[in-house]
Amino acid sequence: MNTIKRLLGALWIMLGLAAGYYLIVSQAIPQFSSGKSEDLVPAIIYTFILMPIITGGLCIFGWYALRGEYDDN
Amino acid sequence: MADSSPVVSKTNKKTLWKVIGASSLGTLIEWYDFYIFGSLAIVISTKFFPPDNPTAAFLSTLATFAAGFVVRPFGALFFGRLGDLIGRKYTFLVTLLVMGLATCAIGLVPGYETIGFAAPVIVLLLRLLQGLALGGEYGGAATYVAEHSEPEKRGFRTSWIQTTATFGLFISLGVIMLTKSSMSAEAFDEWGWRVPFLISSVMVVVSYFIRRNMDESPLFKKAKSEGKTSSNPLRESFGKRYNFKFVLLALFGATMGQGVIWYTGQFYALSFLQNVCRVDFDQTNYIIGAALLAGTGFFVFFGWLSDKVGRKPIMLAGMLLAILTYRPIYDRIYRLTDVSNKQELVDQQRMEGGATIKVYDDGSVATLIDHDGIPTQTVKVGQRTFFSLALLIFIQVLYVTMVYGPIAAFLVEMFPVRIRYTSMSLPYHIGNGIFGGLLPAVATYLVTKAQATNAVALQASGAMPYDKPYLAGLWYPIIIAGVSFVIGLLYLKNKNQDVQ
Repeated sequence: MNTIKRLLGALWIMLGLAAGYYLIVSQAIPQFSSGKSEDLVPAIIYTFILMPIITGGLCIFGWYALRGEYDDN
Repeated sequence: MADSSPVVSKTNKKTLWKVIGASSLGTLIEWYDFYIFGSLAIVISTKFFPPDNPTAAFLSTLATFAAGFVVRPFGALFFGRLGDLIGRKYTFLVTLLVMGLATCAIGLVPGYETIGFAAPVIVLLLRLLQGLALGGEYGGAATYVAEHSEPEKRGFRTSWIQTTATFGLFISLGVIMLTKSSMSAEAFDEWGWRVPFLISSVMVVVSYFIRRNMDESPLFKKAKSEGKTSSNPLRESFGKRYNFKFVLLALFGATMGQGVIWYTGQFYALSFLQNVCRVDFDQTNYIIGAALLAGTGFFVFFGWLSDKVGRKPIMLAGMLLAILTYRPIYDRIYRLTDVSNKQELVDQQRMEGGATIKVYDDGSVATLIDHDGIPTQTVKVGQRTFFSLALLIFIQVLYVTMVYGPIAAFLVEMFPVRIRYTSMSLPYHIGNGIFGGLLPAVATYLVTKAQATNAVALQASGAMPYDKPYLAGLWYPIIIAGVSFVIGLLYLKNKNQDVQ
């Protein structure tokens, strides 16, 4: 079980990075450049709130998992 | 589980119920204050924002509503630190007063027509104050009750605090409905919507005096007398890897998933009925109110059950059920309210005050009004559909009670007394305030975007990229809860921990 927890640490790091890429490149940048006022609010939410928490948090969580910080013992 | 300390056992049952009652009442009022803004979002959007673009005004109102959620983690840090330094009791007295003042002030701010752009700015600032206060309140109340409780009943005792968020929402809807029914629609639109905000001041004063006479938490008092409290709870909670890893685990393995399920079941359901299905405003409040009333007792049930079988299996079961059934449930809600699926009683069609009224075979009534060339339809569903919708919302409330009922005890048990208020408040408020609180805005945006994409594609080629655009908003809670479920399943422990 500990091995699975550690290996999945890498997955959480990749998931965090992928989520960051998706939120910024696929969502926020097109929304910021769309010129529509209704696109601005979600673009701000994605860039300044969700992306730092999801990417930063999942990467640190994944790193801890990878190092065995969450092992059963 | 063997942590029945002398400190806890000295708290007799009568005192314990006083502690639970006083803590829950204050927290309930704070939730009420926080949610009347959301329940009145449609009215507020017309009062404090420029009237030329109703969609942008509504989205701006949702964003202001969401801003209150976004600052909740900052409130958690600020008041959590105070709570670990000077005590639980004084801290949540302050949060109660801040919340009451901010709410009352929102009810007094002049509208956009009177003071222009100052109106949305002042409302935004007051909303931020509300968020800060709530960020400090919940952790204090949950910690306070948990630290008074017997270890084997901690889930049950703290579950009363868990009912307050739903009751707060329920009471906010009730007060709005009562206010509306006691005056004409014009009077409510003109000034009556301010009443629910102003009522808060009375409730806050009552709760303040009840809380003022309570004692400090016995565990905190003991730690303080032994000089074991933290001198820097923020650095100890988030600067030390040993504690910080549990903060992250609490966030990603529990509160993140719990937050989106709470806000889908109780808030997005309301928003979906009103904005996507276009069900009559009053009727949606009755539907949600009925479901909340029927479901609220289950918070206590699942809190109690978590003392017997552990917190983890109940919370994860709630998440899994939600992930698997959200799309079918919302699809059913949409189809139940879609009048194109119903047989119109053509002979009963009529005109009333410029609106076309259409009656359908199940008793539903659609009202079509032309707003500046844009036809707007609202539906008042028939009795049978009403109960079907209430049942579908009730099922979601049940999921909410599964993930939310045990979570206060779960969080309290994760962290030691000296940094508990700070450490448990942050993951709770990021999970609920950020991931959950942003849900209505993000999900509504996703639905609007999917519908717009389909409309453009229909004009261009006829093939629509979204099969069911009205369900697009659900991907947000499904994905977030899915990740949380997997992390919780693998990394969380089931054994209920010692709180001392």
